[in-house]
Amino acid sequence: MAEIGHYALILALAVAIAQGVLPVLGYWRGDQRLLGIGVSGAQTQFALVVLAYAALSLAFVDNDFSLTYVASNSHSQLPLIYRLSAVWGAHEGSLLMWLLMLTGWGFAVSLSSRRLPPDIAALVLATMGAISVGFLLFMLATSNPFERQFPVPAEGRDLNPLLQDPGLIIHPPMLYMGYVGFSVAFSFAIAALITGKLDLAWARWTRPWTTTAWLFLTMGITLGSWWAYNELGWGGWWFWDPVENASFMPWLVGTALIHSLAVTEKRGVLKSWTVLLAILAFALSLLGTFLVRSGVLVSVHAFATDPARGVFILAFLTIVLGAALLLYAWRAPRLVSDGAVQLVSREGLLLLNNVFLVAAAAAVLIGTLYPLVIDALGLGKISVGPPYFNAIFLPLMVPLAVLVGLSARIGWKRAKLGEALWSLRWVALTTLIAAVLLPYVLERSFAWLAIAGTALSVWLMIGALLDVTHRVRSRRDRWQGLRSIPAATWGMTLAHFGLGVWTLGVTYAGLFSVEKDVRLGPGQSAEIGAYTFTFQGTEHREGANYQSDLGTVFVERSGQPIATLNPEKRLYPSQRSVMTESAVDHNPRRDLYVALGEPIGDADWALRLYYKPFMRMVWFGGVLMFFGGILAASDRRYRLERSALKAPVTSAQTAAT
Amino acid sequence: MLRFAIPVVVLLGLFALLGIGLRLDPREVPSPLIGKMAPAFDLPNLDGTARITPLDLQGRPVLVNFFASWCAGCQVEHPVLMKLAREYGVEIVGIDYKDTREAAEQWLARHGNPYRIIVADALGQAGLDWGVYGVPETFVLSADGRVVYKQIGPMTDAAWRDKIAPLLAQGSASR
Amino acid sequence: MIRLLRGVHVLSLWLLLAAAIVPTFVSAQPAAPTPTPPAPLAGEQQQRYDTMINQLRCLVCQNETIADSSAPLALDLRDQVHRQIADGRSDDEIRDYLTHRYGDFVLYKPRLAARTLALWIGPFALLAIALIAAVLFMRRSSARQPATPGVADAERIRRLLQEQEGSD
Repeated sequence: MAEIGHYALILALAVAIAQGVLPVLGYWRGDQRLLGIGVSGAQTQFALVVLAYAALSLAFVDNDFSLTYVASNSHSQLPLIYRLSAVWGAHEGSLLMWLLMLTGWGFAVSLSSRRLPPDIAALVLATMGAISVGFLLFMLATSNPFERQFPVPAEGRDLNPLLQDPGLIIHPPMLYMGYVGFSVAFSFAIAALITGKLDLAWARWTRPWTTTAWLFLTMGITLGSWWAYNELGWGGWWFWDPVENASFMPWLVGTALIHSLAVTEKRGVLKSWTVLLAILAFALSLLGTFLVRSGVLVSVHAFATDPARGVFILAFLTIVLGAALLLYAWRAPRLVSDGAVQLVSREGLLLLNNVFLVAAAAAVLIGTLYPLVIDALGLGKISVGPPYFNAIFLPLMVPLAVLVGLSARIGWKRAKLGEALWSLRWVALTTLIAAVLLPYVLERSFAWLAIAGTALSVWLMIGALLDVTHRVRSRRDRWQGLRSIPAATWGMTLAHFGLGVWTLGVTYAGLFSVEKDVRLGPGQSAEIGAYTFTFQGTEHREGANYQSDLGTVFVERSGQPIATLNPEKRLYPSQRSVMTESAVDHNPRRDLYVALGEPIGDADWALRLYYKPFMRMVWFGGVLMFFGGILAASDRRYRLERSALKAPVTSAQTAAT
Repeated sequence: MLRFAIPVVVLLGLFALLGIGLRLDPREVPSPLIGKMAPAFDLPNLDGTARITPLDLQGRPVLVNFFASWCAGCQVEHPVLMKLAREYGVEIVGIDYKDTREAAEQWLARHGNPYRIIVADALGQAGLDWGVYGVPETFVLSADGRVVYKQIGPMTDAAWRDKIAPLLAQGSASR
Repeated sequence: MIRLLRGVHVLSLWLLLAAAIVPTFVSAQPAAPTPTPPAPLAGEQQQRYDTMINQLRCLVCQNETIADSSAPLALDLRDQVHRQIADGRSDDEIRDYLTHRYGDFVLYKPRLAARTLALWIGPFALLAIALIAAVLFMRRSSARQPATPGVADAERIRRLLQEQEGSD
């Protein structure tokens, strides 16, 4: 069965080469048949990769330890759901998942290809095919998950215990859907450069694909953060680890891209900039792939590294991105704007949005790669960690947050700044009052950072609702006003509101978390504020493939029982590693978090206790952005048939009025 | 018009950098002590019969090897150290890091003792002062007591041949 | 009762397999004498301690601060920081103590020096350049194509269309 999977990949490579080359030839020669190969290629490739993926999954289910990859990452005692997730738990399998997602997106594009002109569809699918070629070559040459080993071990080495968690089941797939999804925007950008045409139709096609990739990436990052918080025992939820940064950079540029696409669709301006962003977003996705697998940076997420693989990926990256950017340098000057961009206008505001987001992405890139730069220049070894990133990133984002709140009152083409600001005076006042009151009411604090953070959150949340409230109020029939709001506007509202919620969470969890390291024996307690944590001791437990010490902690608030928490310390004998499972009691207002440290003496334990206010808001904000993206991508106008797009008002006409 | 070419240039520069990075090891922490005098310490030797300070290490080039009986890597490098001591006459001073006398003596009895002097750093303070972040680590001291090289991790034949032996040869030639 | 596993030396010889945070070695540390626990810190000193241990990198588990790491070296370093704060040393003195022994690698917040100038200034310089470029671009684009005042009807039509489509 594994051999079938292997052959499927080889066949897929052949198909990918055809898919990458022939449609381009067809475009050049105007040959319709060759153009059509894009669609059939994409669909065949997807089928083959699904077959390969199924073969690998089956090997895990059947505990086929003759496959090196299965033996390294699985165990007969491993629960089925984790055996299935272990497929993407290490390097080779995760590459297969990358490929599955890539061909999956290609398949989806091929299904909707009838709404696209044949040459665009062909060029898009050809680009995606070319990317597949790289990944397939990489897998077949250096990272084959179907490699056999003799003698066959009796037992596998088990999945890394850190990964034996529900987080593994959902975080990587979501993340990869996002990363890989930007390949579609990238491919549309390449198509625009090759044809030399970028019009309203192009923007209408590209937007939903990009927004969809973006929302998956948003959810993937949110889940990763949530998972780290629950799994790692330090109460932290973002570490500015190189691989976290590697997912955050495409997100920042992806956010810039979806906003830039809005401008290009609406007014036909910023065309070459949008194309560049599309290339950049995917470039950063690929860079992330490189960073995780090459051993170039120290990271908790890094897969087992091999310099040969690093060289291959780097070469692949250079070819793909070098070609894309050379094409950009050559053809982008052809993409002519249909209008002007005023500073005080919605377009101007969105351009500023882009400036801040791209600057933030650049800052993260600089910080992440700087140790490497210093080392490569022979200037020694330094570390760049959370203190740096927090100091740089937050100041960059604050002006952007202020601008987001303004956006509802600044119209397209031309607006008056003074009028817009004056119209927001009540919002500003409310924000100010809330900013001063809330930190005091919630946490008895007048710290200026808390006031600033609260101000931004409230500003964002109210600002997000302004567009909707305006439309509702402008109609005589409120209900009709509500129903007239397009999905895209709801999406924007929800996403911006989510950003405000996220800011609130970050502000309070960041500033007002309390952490206590204590040593407790059974019956002893410690306090944080009004909360009392009473340790009840531990008992020994046996799990499916681990042994554990299960602790019990009673939590009370001013005498009232709140929760019973069970933090755990697990030993996985097959990998000989120790894992902390923290226990969390959460509600929207606060998290109470307990983790077992080390045992001291006979019955005492070192415990770490946390009080984290509004911690849930950090992830709730991400979830809101996710749903906002879904609404935005589902807007009716993206589903118009090709014929309908020929008639409407073109951007050139709107610009002239 | 030229500004459209900026992205390609930036990309190529970045990737050249990453290419160089592939040959580097980001986990390795080089020692800031290279070129400086060996950090001071005043500790008993293993059987407690004398106190050792860096002065005792001066006058000839010396290898200072941080080891412990509980350390797996030390077992891996031990044969190499034995060879250096017995066949090449290299003077190796052992610093027993966070260990007990009984455990160290047992371990040395079992695996052999390449050390002229053994210092007991029971609390690890010397380790801290020498910037040790894991055992084994080996420092090469010149005759005048300066740190000229740090071997992170087990001693290997290759490290001896390519890095350390030349330094020692240099040292004795110029003194 | 679970025995704690101690990490030893993170090296190319013992490559950490995928995503292992706690180094996985079975060699347990024997009962070496533990140093006397230092006197507890008060108020502002405790804050300095908390901040500092969250800004220092553990050299063994290199993805963690010494605050979070359970490696023996991390415990030793936390202890050192604790004692030195209690002894009245300043933050800079403590950082110097550590960098003299371990190099700048141990600081998660890079010191401002000639070689880190680009790091600290770079992002803001880039932002400034990008902002200037954007503003210049917008000035130039509006100079080239001034927004012509529309005929009253055309304006109304456009606004109606906008409301239909949804302006976002």
